[in-house]
Amino acid sequence: MAYFAPTTLNAALALIASEPVSIISGGTDVFPAQGQIPMQNGLLDVTRIDGLTGLHWGPEGLRIGAATSWSAIASADLPDCFAGLQAAARTVGSVQIQNAGTIAGNICNASPAADGMPPLITLGAEVEITGPDGPRRMPVETFVTGPRQTQLGARELVTAILIPPLPAHCRAAFEKLGSRTYLVISITMVAVVIGCDASGRIDFARVAVGSCSPVARRLIGLEADLIGQMPQQVTVSPDHLAPLAPITDIRADSGYRLEAAAEQIVRAIHRATHGATQGPTHGATLTDG
Amino acid sequence: MGQPLPMDKQVLNPMTEFLLNSQSVSVTPRVGERLSQTLRETLGQRDVKVGCDAGDCGACTVLIDGAPVCACLTPTHQADGRNVETLAGLAGHDPDAQRLAESFQNHGAAQCGICTPGMMVAAVALLRQTPTPTDGQVKDALGGVLCRCTGYRKIIDAVLASHAQIAAESAVGDGAVGASIRRLDGAAKVNGTEMYGDDVATGDALVLRVIRSPFAHAGFTFGDLQQWQAQTDGIEAVLTCADIPGKNLFGVIPDFADQPVFAEGTARFRGEAVAAVVGRADVMQVFEVSTFPVDWTELPSVETVPHATAPLAPQLHPGRDNNLMCSGFVQQGDAAQALTEADVCVEGRFQTGFVEHAYIEPEAGFAQIIDGRVEVHACTQAPVMDLDALEIILGMDRKDIRILPTEVGGGFGSKLDLSVQPYLALAALRTGKPVRITYSRAESMQSTTKRHPSNIHLKIGANRDGRIQGFDFSGDFNTGAYASWGPTVSNRVPVHASGPYRIPNYRAVARAIHTHNPPSGAFRGFGVPQAAIAQESLFDELADKLGIDRLQFRLLNALEDNIPTVCGQMFEQGVGIKACLNALQPDWEVERAAAAAFNATNKTHKRGVGIAGGWYGCGNTSLPNPSTIKSGVRPDGTVVLHQGAMDIGQGANTVITQIFATALGIPVLQIQRIGADTDVTPDAGKTSASRQTYVSGNAARLSGLALRAAILKRVNASDGAKLTFGTGAIRVIDGASEHRIDLSSLSPDSEDYVFRAQESYDPPTKPLDANGQGSPYAQFGYCAQLVVVEVDSLLGTVTPIRFVAAHDVGKAINPMLVEGQVEGGIAQGLGMALMEEYIPGRTENLHDYLIPTIGDVPPIETLIIEVPDAHGPYGAKGLGEHVLIPTAPAILNAIKDAVGVRLTQVPATPARVRAAIKDLTDGN
Repeated sequence: MAYFAPTTLNAALALIASEPVSIISGGTDVFPAQGQIPMQNGLLDVTRIDGLTGLHWGPEGLRIGAATSWSAIASADLPDCFAGLQAAARTVGSVQIQNAGTIAGNICNASPAADGMPPLITLGAEVEITGPDGPRRMPVETFVTGPRQTQLGARELVTAILIPPLPAHCRAAFEKLGSRTYLVISITMVAVVIGCDASGRIDFARVAVGSCSPVARRLIGLEADLIGQMPQQVTVSPDHLAPLAPITDIRADSGYRLEAAAEQIVRAIHRATHGATQGPTHGATLTDG
Repeated sequence: MGQPLPMDKQVLNPMTEFLLNSQSVSVTPRVGERLSQTLRETLGQRDVKVGCDAGDCGACTVLIDGAPVCACLTPTHQADGRNVETLAGLAGHDPDAQRLAESFQNHGAAQCGICTPGMMVAAVALLRQTPTPTDGQVKDALGGVLCRCTGYRKIIDAVLASHAQIAAESAVGDGAVGASIRRLDGAAKVNGTEMYGDDVATGDALVLRVIRSPFAHAGFTFGDLQQWQAQTDGIEAVLTCADIPGKNLFGVIPDFADQPVFAEGTARFRGEAVAAVVGRADVMQVFEVSTFPVDWTELPSVETVPHATAPLAPQLHPGRDNNLMCSGFVQQGDAAQALTEADVCVEGRFQTGFVEHAYIEPEAGFAQIIDGRVEVHACTQAPVMDLDALEIILGMDRKDIRILPTEVGGGFGSKLDLSVQPYLALAALRTGKPVRITYSRAESMQSTTKRHPSNIHLKIGANRDGRIQGFDFSGDFNTGAYASWGPTVSNRVPVHASGPYRIPNYRAVARAIHTHNPPSGAFRGFGVPQAAIAQESLFDELADKLGIDRLQFRLLNALEDNIPTVCGQMFEQGVGIKACLNALQPDWEVERAAAAAFNATNKTHKRGVGIAGGWYGCGNTSLPNPSTIKSGVRPDGTVVLHQGAMDIGQGANTVITQIFATALGIPVLQIQRIGADTDVTPDAGKTSASRQTYVSGNAARLSGLALRAAILKRVNASDGAKLTFGTGAIRVIDGASEHRIDLSSLSPDSEDYVFRAQESYDPPTKPLDANGQGSPYAQFGYCAQLVVVEVDSLLGTVTPIRFVAAHDVGKAINPMLVEGQVEGGIAQGLGMALMEEYIPGRTENLHDYLIPTIGDVPPIETLIIEVPDAHGPYGAKGLGEHVLIPTAPAILNAIKDAVGVRLTQVPATPARVRAAIKDLTDGN
């Protein structure tokens, strides 16, 4: 049993093909899950692999290396449509967690309350997975199949999150609701990417909700109904929320979650279309949208 | 973090090398070893504190390549080639850290100090980038570090002011009573050298782990323990109830002692200890509890009061029928009759859950055998009570046991009870070797005491003139599996449930009911905060029904000198509740008007203003609780104070020294403190019941006066003489005459003192009769708080905007420390009101159990009220528990004021608040 910190992707792939290793990047989910129980496997640290960190623009859009920290994402100079993702980055745990935790780690941990999922879904993000046969890719919401479950194969690594170009006029927002300001797991959260035409009517809409279903969900019916509406006048109906299946737990009951998500959607759309740069949103400090 | 260094670790290099505080270090960690573990245990960097091992508390924050991260979440291997900085290193050479250290001390930003390394390291990272940050930047930077003592406000102030710090000594002066001096024990808290329960073990210590019940109620049998031990490498001892030389029994109240060190055949709560394993540190680091040979049989359990009192419910203890442990009762006049005749009545049922103390330091300690005696070093609020208990458990003469408390990283009541002490002592005695243990966060939360959940019914009646006529209170308190301080809660609640008000016809019953839960014990207020929620909420309802201003209603009914309490106790002086309420009047008017203006222009967000009063009796309820303070002068002229009142962050080391120094008549910095140690320092009683400033403070005053008198007598000087201590001599200036006492001419006693004084103080109280009538306390402290909240009526979130807190402390010995207590208490009350609920098996960590973060505590203005008390030292009254009693009801009253809904259950989570709003508005 050993700790591996390869510097090339090929070396990493060779390792996972030959050794029973668990993958670790920031460690922010691995250690809490482990508690006091000793590790059963070797560890493969992906943070030193060449090309696995950083944000890079290409013809296909933005490529975010799998081991890119939330801090790097939060502080990057990105277009307006990334405002929701950057706001989410600033609400992941705390500065300490954001400095260590990585975007692919957040996705692979597959928590229903993963802060990264709703904004990535609204950005149309895809997960790049690399295995012995080379890379493959799939939408983030397809990659995560349920709580703690993903489509990552035994000999594969997530190598990047790929975000295709969006129309230049799109803006975005993220709303997180919790019982305290920092270090909080969402009761519900909402991300939107919204574009408006010259008359101010919505002509592009993506809406996703987290913590209200096993995997964060995009609300396609709502998105369709938003087209042509003025942002200040949008309403959300129970039908729009039908894809969601919130649970009742210590943080809130399911009925509250649905209602809160509906309200957060309206607020997120207002926030996105007001054009202001988004600061961190925290559970208890939401202001009138 | 910066870009990783290009180094090929695929070829296994067993060495991990990095820069630690500017020194190259090289280690060989286990796979998956946490950097926090390596730093503390391999590299001796014990300034890195571990509070949760899950990234939830931030105490272990270090800088890696300049960026703050949690060392508990960082694999040590990942540090290879990097630059790691911890508080001790930063305090030694980093100018930002050094300025911050001064600022933390000058602002009282460190109380217990366990979070201070994490706070300061995170703040240094901020200050390097942003030397003069904004309030918001400070909060964002420190949002990942939890503090349970300070309420964060002084930490924010300290970081904001750190770029302009003045020199240290000027901040102390002579430190007489009334001076806001910095803590006398503060330097170690800001440079990382303070030693807590997990910091004192020797390098060769064995490690102990406790085996605990996974069920709320279970039978269990062990496999062949001898064989298991023989077959398991590195295990030096296995301990069970069969290995206890004395009695397998403890409890803080002797008549109710019922808790075993190790359960015998049946475990009565999830997390109860059944055995302990002691082994070599390297073996125990990878020890898997699941390999221990024990078979469990889950049994039916009762976890709520209704279940525990139902017919045929499982009974926890013989002789406590219907799971009723005990009850308390106070009656005056005829409440039932008065309620029938009152013009207006209000009635309500209120519910609160378990609240976890959530100090950032989990229970930890170390024991060793020295010259045949057992020494226990652990975090505790009550060293002599620990000694009393170990004497019984170990079956040893108490002179063969020594308790040497470590610094305490927060207590709030729970560290009054035994935790690690008996296991450590038993293991050290069994193996003859040094032994250590640190509870994991989950263990700490599962196995130590909680605030009692309560179900309260209350009815209050008043006449049209606003005067309360009758008050009928009945509360059931879920006391968990064992007694702990449950009897104290059931006694205190009926005495205090009236609040600081005149109530001629009063009846209050409190019952403590056993359930299969962790023992409910002492938590800041002993049940009074729960009772205050009911009483202060219904006071608002009653005032509204009568059409009387809520503050005026309280003033109308407030106690005064020579007015009897519900126990028939009459104070001729010192009743300060009216002064507290009056002090809030200007803010009450301004904030009510401001909230109305805000609400006129905001549809979704509504502001409300709430107030609540409170009182708390200082010291034990009608029972003796003396403190003894010894002091002396060494032949070289050193003045020594044996200060045994445990400082758990509240500031006893400073306050007791200030009182002693004032009595003796010398500056505080000339006094050398010796702390609690059952070999050399007399018993100053437990740190509980808000008694240390009052009771130990009086003992310190008497000790200072007696020492002074002994010195003056030597030269027949008058009472007004001035003392100056020099090397080997005391100069006594008495008016025109001057004397010099040559200390070398005096023969020192067996403890090397040439002058000494030892004085005790015990509050004068009288027993309560069958109706709870008597004099339970020699003094009460009084308080009233105001809060402005903003409620998001569509999401149900509640944001406190501002607190104003008026506290009658009689005389503020150290106003800065008074503010620190108030701010910290309010933060805990805020947590209880809005977010905290411990659910066994479900919230056994600090990400499911939420306590307030730095972003959740708004500005707090403390109004120090000084209505002197004739019994208190220099007029001082206790404060520690008063500070959170009015907070939760004030918040609930403010929510009602904002959106018209009366929350009767805490925590008032967003979902509960929203549900109440929907009920009020027919679903909208």
